[in-house]
Amino acid sequence: MKIKAVSYPYVAWALLFIAIPLGLIVYFAFTDTAGSFTVDNIIQAGRYSNVLMKSIWLSAISTAICLVMGYPIAYYMSRSSAMVSGTILLLIMLPMWMNFLLRTYGWMSILENNGIINQIFGVFGLGPFEMINTQGAVVLGMVYNYIPFMILPLNSVMTKIGKDVIEAAQDLGASPARVLSEVVLPLSLPGIKTGIIMVFVPAVSTFIISQMLGGGGNQLIGDIIELQFLGNAYNPNLGSAISLVLMLLVMLIMSVSGFLNDDDLEEKLL
Amino acid sequence: MNDIIISLQGISAEYDGEKVIDKLNLDIRDHEFVTFLGPSGCGKTTTLRIIGGFVEPTEGDVFFEGKKITDVPAFKRNINTVFQRYALFPHLNVYDNIAFGLKLKKVPKEHIKIQVEEMLKLVNLEGYEMRKINQLSGGQQQRVAIARALINKPKVLLLDEPLGALDLKLRKEMQMELKRIQQALGITFIYVTHDQEEALTMSDRVLVMRKGKILQSGSPEDIYNEPVNAFVADFIGESNIIGGVMLDDYLVEFAGVKFECEDSGFSRMEAVDVVIRPEDFRMVSVDEGQIIGKVESVIFKGVHFEIIVEGHGLQWMIHSTQSREVGDMIGMTLTPNDIHVMRKMEGRR
Repeated sequence: MKIKAVSYPYVAWALLFIAIPLGLIVYFAFTDTAGSFTVDNIIQAGRYSNVLMKSIWLSAISTAICLVMGYPIAYYMSRSSAMVSGTILLLIMLPMWMNFLLRTYGWMSILENNGIINQIFGVFGLGPFEMINTQGAVVLGMVYNYIPFMILPLNSVMTKIGKDVIEAAQDLGASPARVLSEVVLPLSLPGIKTGIIMVFVPAVSTFIISQMLGGGGNQLIGDIIELQFLGNAYNPNLGSAISLVLMLLVMLIMSVSGFLNDDDLEEKLL
Repeated sequence: MNDIIISLQGISAEYDGEKVIDKLNLDIRDHEFVTFLGPSGCGKTTTLRIIGGFVEPTEGDVFFEGKKITDVPAFKRNINTVFQRYALFPHLNVYDNIAFGLKLKKVPKEHIKIQVEEMLKLVNLEGYEMRKINQLSGGQQQRVAIARALINKPKVLLLDEPLGALDLKLRKEMQMELKRIQQALGITFIYVTHDQEEALTMSDRVLVMRKGKILQSGSPEDIYNEPVNAFVADFIGESNIIGGVMLDDYLVEFAGVKFECEDSGFSRMEAVDVVIRPEDFRMVSVDEGQIIGKVESVIFKGVHFEIIVEGHGLQWMIHSTQSREVGDMIGMTLTPNDIHVMRKMEGRR
């Protein structure tokens, strides 16, 4: 088939940049510096279980905040005219066109002890409040950077919910709150799941946000991995092992909560 | 007149700044099967949506059993709707779709079960409880939509072109079915369609609408036999519409011939529209004919032939069970009863 041939470059791409690197990670994780097989790295990775838990915890909180904040925005967009929803979409996307580091730097100067917020508080004789280098700052950074990835899939699923289905619910006696809980929420579930994955996965492995906004006391698992590859602790074998553990853990969490392989729901939406 | 269930008083509505309903007044009686009939854009669906509470009128009021409900939101009205594209809930199965309204009202589960089964029986879908919506055919989805609306025991059921997406045979079946359900439950049906045959078959009363106004309201027989103007005549069934002049009461001239008719009350020499149904012509020999013409074409239509005759400078459409040869010269006669004289409608064509 001619059509099939079109996909070959992608297959080659996937092999080269997805399968082989993954294989290398697995190889490094189970070898020592001399190249012989060992499970030592995996055992050592266990030392960082506290950091791992903290990463998962902060990412989970951030994901939840993204969902709670993003859902009404996405719903409002989906029920608005093309012009209104287009404008909101632009406002959400606009910051994303700016460099990630720059945006996070921006938050540093806002949250600093002599940053804008504390200066304003100072006028009223309050503060300064310790905001930078806290877990809260890390969560804020995650929510700020990743909330578009929550809103976009939610909005795309919600725009597919027909106006007539919502009217049918009203017709059958559903108040606005019941329309939301009985119709909109169940029908937007696939978008919620996609949004959670899109926010949680990058958040759990981030290192820039925690370094810039979390200070030294809020190292996340991403920072530990980075240290093994680029930092003083140079140990790619351990770094690979931690990456592998993180990856498997995320997959485990996702599959336990039924986030993967849910074809059934996709089908219902068609 | 205590049996009026829905009353629209001076209703107007706009859509994108354009007036789609113009000061409409309408009373609908309890147990009535009323159909809004008209071409697309005539305001029939908007009128239905105003009754359902989905469109707010810019002026006028809606009354339900004598109480003003203009400002009552849709979800608080004891009126249910069967939507054009069914609008079933895709995440629920047949049972849960039908049970939706009762669950909202917190009816006990065992009562819901009994009533859903009753409804499934009513719409001939027993045994389909657990089916997913996307596993149903169009006709079955339609039945679920009807059951879902009727389970709430509304006093008024609104139906917005509910059979529009079905094929002809299924449409006919569902027409009979809907009529049966309406008679069995004795509730008021307000039905919207652009299909004149559907309107005539099912309704107790047909309202022909155009440009946000009701042109005529009457029984199917009245609408068909005594259309008030050429637009209604043209919309309901096929007609010959000819310009004519009213010479006197009961005497009209068209196609250069004087005819006796049953119409009066026009001013002398008033220009009028004359409507003649194609099945009302009798074909006779040339000597006997009031109108004489040459057969232009003959098309077999199943039950009858459609014969186009050219004569007196006009084209005439005749429906007859007898055929003629193309090129034949024939005569046609009409009795006074066949001739419908109407005032000219301004703005037509």
